[in-house]
Amino acid sequence: MLAIIDYDAGNTYNLKKAFDYLQLETVLTADKAVIEQCQGIVLPGVGAFAPAIANLQATGLDQIIKQQVKAGKPLLGICLGMQLLFDSSTEYGWHQGLGLIPGQVVAFENRPGFKVPQMGWNQNELLQSQNPFTFLADEYTYFVHSYYANCDPQYIITQVDYAIKVPAMVKCGKIYGTQFHPEKSGQVGLQVLATFAKKVVTSA
Amino acid sequence: MLAKRIIPCLDVDAGRVKKGVNFVNLKDVGDPAEIAANYQQQGADELVFLDITATNEQRRTMVEVVEKVSRQVFMPLTVGGGITSVAQIQALLKAGADKVSLNSAAVADPQLITAGAKKFGNQCIVVAIDVKINPQTGQPMVYTHGGQQATNLEAVAWAKKVVALGAGELLVTSMDQDGTKNGFAIELYQKLAAAIDVPIIASGGAGKIQDFIDVFQQAEVDGALAASVFHYGELTIPEVKQRLKAAGVSVRC
Repeated sequence: MLAIIDYDAGNTYNLKKAFDYLQLETVLTADKAVIEQCQGIVLPGVGAFAPAIANLQATGLDQIIKQQVKAGKPLLGICLGMQLLFDSSTEYGWHQGLGLIPGQVVAFENRPGFKVPQMGWNQNELLQSQNPFTFLADEYTYFVHSYYANCDPQYIITQVDYAIKVPAMVKCGKIYGTQFHPEKSGQVGLQVLATFAKKVVTSA
Repeated sequence: MLAKRIIPCLDVDAGRVKKGVNFVNLKDVGDPAEIAANYQQQGADELVFLDITATNEQRRTMVEVVEKVSRQVFMPLTVGGGITSVAQIQALLKAGADKVSLNSAAVADPQLITAGAKKFGNQCIVVAIDVKINPQTGQPMVYTHGGQQATNLEAVAWAKKVVALGAGELLVTSMDQDGTKNGFAIELYQKLAAAIDVPIIASGGAGKIQDFIDVFQQAEVDGALAASVFHYGELTIPEVKQRLKAAGVSVRC
């Protein structure tokens, strides 16, 4: 069973539907006991960084997530949920993140021909081969975002080219994150969710 | 580099996909979820559902359609047709839509664009613009109500205005080209792309593969939408994408 963290941060139903389609058990929850019983955690998120982290802090979910990850439980952050894993973000001010992966979330600079947000399908370039997600090499996944994670290449599994190199999937121990929306990325996106549930979580 | 998008459009009436010629002789062509799943299989990059239901009563079924489609289809979904309020936008997004498309309501109540963008983000709000060239002046003019009602809005000026109000994407249909299968209105998209900096989806006129190649090579559009050529199997998405790729257009295939 995977816990999809329910903290009023955008549409989590589409993510739940994708897991349902794959016949993988998930529960939408903000309950500490339920999260503790689950074998893995999924942190979704759509919208702005500041209200999302404030919400996690106000509900104590930030501490629960940190404790669980520290105890070795695998986690998958998606879109804003991935950005929250980093140290900080500069979206509308400076905000502290969960600090689970070293790096900062920063805004795209406006460059001619590259509209912000990046919205659409972009092609993954594989940087690391020692992980269960190497099938992402050269595959297109679906992005909608105006900020990106600036982090050391050692944490980057795949990146996409959008005037600059943008981390698309990141990893730090058993903590994973996708900037793209696997639940909107067709077959390969479903494969990301299935791989996290079946390979990362069950082997943890 | 983002892939150029190929977007089939499905007309939905009372919960079923319908197809007619110029909105008459509507034929039932099937279940939206089944047809959407088939397009996903073919490699469509996004789907647009256009609610052509005439009555408000039946309009509620669109939320159920989106709910059902999004249980089986995992790609971006845009829903348009008859949306007039933030509450309707919210219901569609919650049901599983990623974007909503505003057309007549955007002209009648431009603040709806801003209200939607503020609450859900610019990326959720698409403004659909139906354009017809005025034969006297040569100016591209905006039409509403499924193309039946003329306005005094010039298309490029209106496009700039809706982007300023918060539209994150424009879906622009050339009524002059729509249904002709003579190719997209390239000159119109060139003018629009020079004036605005949000993604533009070209619609109306797709008949052969070269039409897709031409619009992507000659105008800065991000996607091309088509209905009948895909519905009737005259073209398949894989063959369109293969030819685009061979022509040097960046596509997902």
